Amino acid sequence: MAQQVTEEQILYANILNKGMVVGLIGLVVTFIIYGAGIMEPMIPLAQVQNYWVMPVQYYLAASGIHAGWAWLGRLGYGDMLNFLPIALLSLLTIVCYLAILPGLIRKKDTAYVVLVIVEVLVLTVAASGILGSGGH
Amino acid sequence: MVRLLKSSHIVSTLIMLFILFSVAAVSASQIPEAASVAAETAETVAQRAWWFWPLILLVLSFVLGVFAVLAGVGGGVLYVPIVSGFLPFHLDFVRGAGLIVALAGALAAGPGLLRKGMADLRLAIPMALIASTCAIFGAMIGLALPTHIVQTLLGATILGIVVIMIKAKKSEFPDVPEADALSQALRINGIYHEPTIKKDVEWKVHRTPMALILFVLIGIMAGMFGLGAGWANVPVLNLLMGAPIKISVATSKFLLSITDTSAAWIYLNNGAVLPLMVVPSVIGIMFGSFVGVKILAVTKPAIIRILVIVVLGIAGLKALLKGLGIG
Repeated sequence: MAQQVTEEQILYANILNKGMVVGLIGLVVTFIIYGAGIMEPMIPLAQVQNYWVMPVQYYLAASGIHAGWAWLGRLGYGDMLNFLPIALLSLLTIVCYLAILPGLIRKKDTAYVVLVIVEVLVLTVAASGILGSGGH
Repeated sequence: MVRLLKSSHIVSTLIMLFILFSVAAVSASQIPEAASVAAETAETVAQRAWWFWPLILLVLSFVLGVFAVLAGVGGGVLYVPIVSGFLPFHLDFVRGAGLIVALAGALAAGPGLLRKGMADLRLAIPMALIASTCAIFGAMIGLALPTHIVQTLLGATILGIVVIMIKAKKSEFPDVPEADALSQALRINGIYHEPTIKKDVEWKVHRTPMALILFVLIGIMAGMFGLGAGWANVPVLNLLMGAPIKISVATSKFLLSITDTSAAWIYLNNGAVLPLMVVPSVIGIMFGSFVGVKILAVTKPAIIRILVIVVLGIAGLKALLKGLGIG
């Protein structure tokens, strides 16, 4: 159908496809580990329903869960393990943008090089947690 | 004929399921306002088996996924108002889950749309930069504001979306007499083969600066409410900029994967993402979309679109009244 699909677009699509498949499979696998109780969760499964009715800041205070990237240090818990594929899916766009950057530089496509670099910076800042973490 | 009857049977079954589910969910959601009784919530909420609500979410998301495809809207725009309006989850977590649901759907659709040349990377990148930056601010505002204000704004926005869904027209091949200077400088144009007319269609866009301004608003709203923004992306790309409808729809879907990424990180970093809500929702809506595409091939979904508009209207009104303390 396409008459004009650039090599950057194909590269972006290929990386997105691989990452998306890994992320979605990871989402299912880690959830099975969590739900089946193979790894003990930080918040017992039966108690989660007591927290999801609260505003997020009450939940954090009541549960003792630390927001931001704290989950990365607690991957031994079933619930925290689920954040790994969620983070992977959320990082995919940054990876795809970085992958197409060399091609754009090679083509001297200055405007898009700038746009891509700024987008990577914006998403990295959002992902870093420096804009605040911990609810209201 | 048999195939058509089968599909109408599936659709009517789904309609019944949808209505029954909504009624059941309304009666199940008679739970005290979390904001005012957070400290006593643990004692007052009826205890269920841990899997009860995730299972409800899985089934509801599946149905929403089917209906979203048939109604031609994104799953996120149905998910947030309906789940926050009719199930006992706090709006903070529903918005967090809604963003991940919209993100997962966009990521899954992205590769195919890009490879076919339907989603256009050069058209998406400038719009995505504006929308994703503003989605961060939208998410921060949304998490900082009191819940009842966000709920009221969400209700008003959903009712606005209902009006857009009723009124907005589509233009298959909009007339763009001349590309604007900015889109020419960025070389935003393309050519694709349109099988319905058996022709290659060349396209270009205009009014790019105005579109970028509108994407500020779209980004803020996407981040604030955790909605996918296809309902706003498509009219801007198609009716304002003049991209063909197929390019607009596909590029909009792909755009969500970038816009929702930035907002999702804000919710994630603020603790507003619960795997027990997110995973069943993502799985349900993705399977629902898959089934929806199959049904779409053999049915005329006009009646479904009307039903979705009505349900969305009720959910918007409920959110508005809830936010105002009336509902």
